[in-house]
Amino acid sequence: MNALEVNQLSVSIDGKRILNEFSLSLPKGEVHAIMGPNGTGKSTLAKALAGHESYMVESGTATMDGKNILDLEVDEISREGLFLAFQYPIEIPGVTIANFIRAALNARQPEGEDIDAVAYYKELYAQMERLGIDKKFTSRSVNEGFSGGEKKRCEILQMAMLKPAYCILDETDSGLDIDALKIVADGVNHMRSEDRGILVITHYQRLLNYIVPDRVHILWDGRIVKSGDKSLALEVEERGYDWIKERLTAGVES
Amino acid sequence: MSTQAAIDIDREKGNFSYDTTYDYDAGIGLNEGVVNYIADVKGEDDWVRDFRLKALEVFNSKPLPTNWATKDLENIDFDKFRYYLSKGQEPSRTWEDVPDDVKETFERLGIPEQERAFLAGVEAQFDSEAAYSRMKDELAKEGVIFVGSTEGLKEHPEIFKKFFGKVIPTGDNKFSALNSCVFSGGSFIYVPPGVKVQQPLQAYFRINAENFGQFERTLIIADEGAEVTYMEGCTAPKFETTTLHSAVVELVALKGAKIQYITVQNWSANVFNLVTKRGLAEEDAEIKWIDCNIGSRLTMKYPGVILKGRKARGEVVSIALAGEGQHQDTGAKMIHAADETTSNIISKSISVGEGRSTYRGQVHIPKHLQGCRNNTECDALLINANSRTDTYPAITVRGDDNSVQHEASVSKVSAEQIFYLMQRGLNEGEAMSLAVNGFVNDLVKQFPMEYSVELKRLIDLEMEGSVG
Ligand SMILES: Nc1ncnc2c1ncn2[C@@H]1O[C@H](COP(=O)(O)OP(=O)(O)OP(=O)(O)O)[C@@H](O)[C@H]1O
Ligand SMILES: [Mg+2]
Repeated sequence: MNALEVNQLSVSIDGKRILNEFSLSLPKGEVHAIMGPNGTGKSTLAKALAGHESYMVESGTATMDGKNILDLEVDEISREGLFLAFQYPIEIPGVTIANFIRAALNARQPEGEDIDAVAYYKELYAQMERLGIDKKFTSRSVNEGFSGGEKKRCEILQMAMLKPAYCILDETDSGLDIDALKIVADGVNHMRSEDRGILVITHYQRLLNYIVPDRVHILWDGRIVKSGDKSLALEVEERGYDWIKERLTAGVES
Repeated sequence: MSTQAAIDIDREKGNFSYDTTYDYDAGIGLNEGVVNYIADVKGEDDWVRDFRLKALEVFNSKPLPTNWATKDLENIDFDKFRYYLSKGQEPSRTWEDVPDDVKETFERLGIPEQERAFLAGVEAQFDSEAAYSRMKDELAKEGVIFVGSTEGLKEHPEIFKKFFGKVIPTGDNKFSALNSCVFSGGSFIYVPPGVKVQQPLQAYFRINAENFGQFERTLIIADEGAEVTYMEGCTAPKFETTTLHSAVVELVALKGAKIQYITVQNWSANVFNLVTKRGLAEEDAEIKWIDCNIGSRLTMKYPGVILKGRKARGEVVSIALAGEGQHQDTGAKMIHAADETTSNIISKSISVGEGRSTYRGQVHIPKHLQGCRNNTECDALLINANSRTDTYPAITVRGDDNSVQHEASVSKVSAEQIFYLMQRGLNEGEAMSLAVNGFVNDLVKQFPMEYSVELKRLIDLEMEGSVG
């Protein structure tokens, strides 16, 4: 029950099937990593779970703590506790980071009630400090003119402020220099908790040195073809994906 | 006598009306009799009556400007309106003396609290006449005049006559002519030399009656070195039939004076809002129009500044939001008539669904002038595939020593932006509101606090309504 459960999920875009009977169970308290070649459907999984309307769910189920999320609106899924750190965060001109996060927090309050502004800023500044984000950023427009690394940090900042039950981080490590990578990993590790499940999508084993996963899954052609512990990531790094492909075509199941 | 029967409230703050009775009613339709009736009840001098009657001729002789403006103007049936409705021509000086239904109207719109909180003076107009008018005593001692136009004409004819109709002549356009023949209400302000009015003066224009036309006439004069900020708010309830609002606003800033004129209108979707606003800036004077147009069926409004004296400055900052079935036809006019004059136009429009925004800008710098500058920026934001925006800049700049800069952009709120905002927990309406507020954010920062809060609230209401 206390898990993000995806069962036999098939998803298509413009009639083309991307996820193919995909299954995954992410219990609270665990960190899982998904790796896989470009274009195999990692971001599709993230957006489909978040409720993006372009992604057509054809069959299968997805539940969060037992609750079906496939029929919910994007904002409802978010308020139920799913957070997606975007691979390509979107610019919102004129909307400051501070106002944006505050609006997101207020959306979780009962109708007509707002969060306490003083406490809010106190926490915001503390989280920004932890993530090495300059205070000046609070008055900058969301993602507008941010460097790649700044955008990724800002995603983690939002995650830290919203404290979701389940987090999907889509290539949050891409575009980060080594110092930023450590800071972001530290931010994520800080959020590891018994009450939270974290799914990290990445191409690089390096990130997993800092965010040590409980499980690693290899996504291929829209489904998980191999799962293992953190050593699987090392194996992929050394041997690439071809050996998995070869074993698959040879009919050897993982 | 007044009854308070049919009170009808919708989700919007301004959408209610009182079934009131009027002591003065000019009847339906427009003719010499109506014009004479208005002059009679106001007890006006002959020169004013003649001014009105001549304007009626000009109005009748001028065609609707459908050669460049929308054909929707043809749907205005001038014979169906009531041109003058009031409970009397003398405004009260205390809220207690205001008739109950009128007082309740303004209380529901929050006007008395605003006056107490941050205003130096308030005028509240209900249909044709000011029902309440009051200014802080200190200002009166300094010689500041802030009264309704009816009172201004009567008590201060020497100042009034000198400037009245000088910035916007009767024949400027068909609607300035219409206003000139039936005008009633609006503000008359005079600020003596060197007096800087710290807090804003505010007027509130309320249409209560159906089939009614409101034609206020405002004249603001800032004498040498004086400064004043004036704000107007406007609302009307939703009626089945059309309502007409056609104001004329003239500003005169003498040498070194500064006038800032702020409008936040929230007309309901049945109102034709056809307004002429222009200022005259003498040497080193500054006139700034801040204009927020939300609501109405059709708004046509192009605030302008005639830069008459050396180093005069003019600015128009405008925000227009065209919701479903609305057309905001707005813009600015800058007429440079002296050396080293500068003008700045920043316009942002938002079109939602079938809503339509049109920007018309006119910047005129003749050849013989030197050192003049204009900067024009107009940005449009489209929400939904059907919305429409047009830009018609007309810039005539002659002479080598003058410069203009013009930038225009059209952008959309993308599905990916909405997805991103909703992924953080905002519902669709909240996501739209946030994106739209972001678009106008840099302009809203220039407003007094109270008005930026009000504007944000209006945008929220409009956007939440737009996503069903
Ligand atoms: N909106 C879309 N319209 C059309 N095709 C899409 C869309 N989104 C994804 N696809 C296609 O679906 C496939 C899977 O894309 P997805 O972004 O999920 O891959 P990914 O595993 O995240 O790749 P990467 O490692 O490069 O980020 C690709 O072939 C991609 O082109
Ligand atoms: Mg991807």
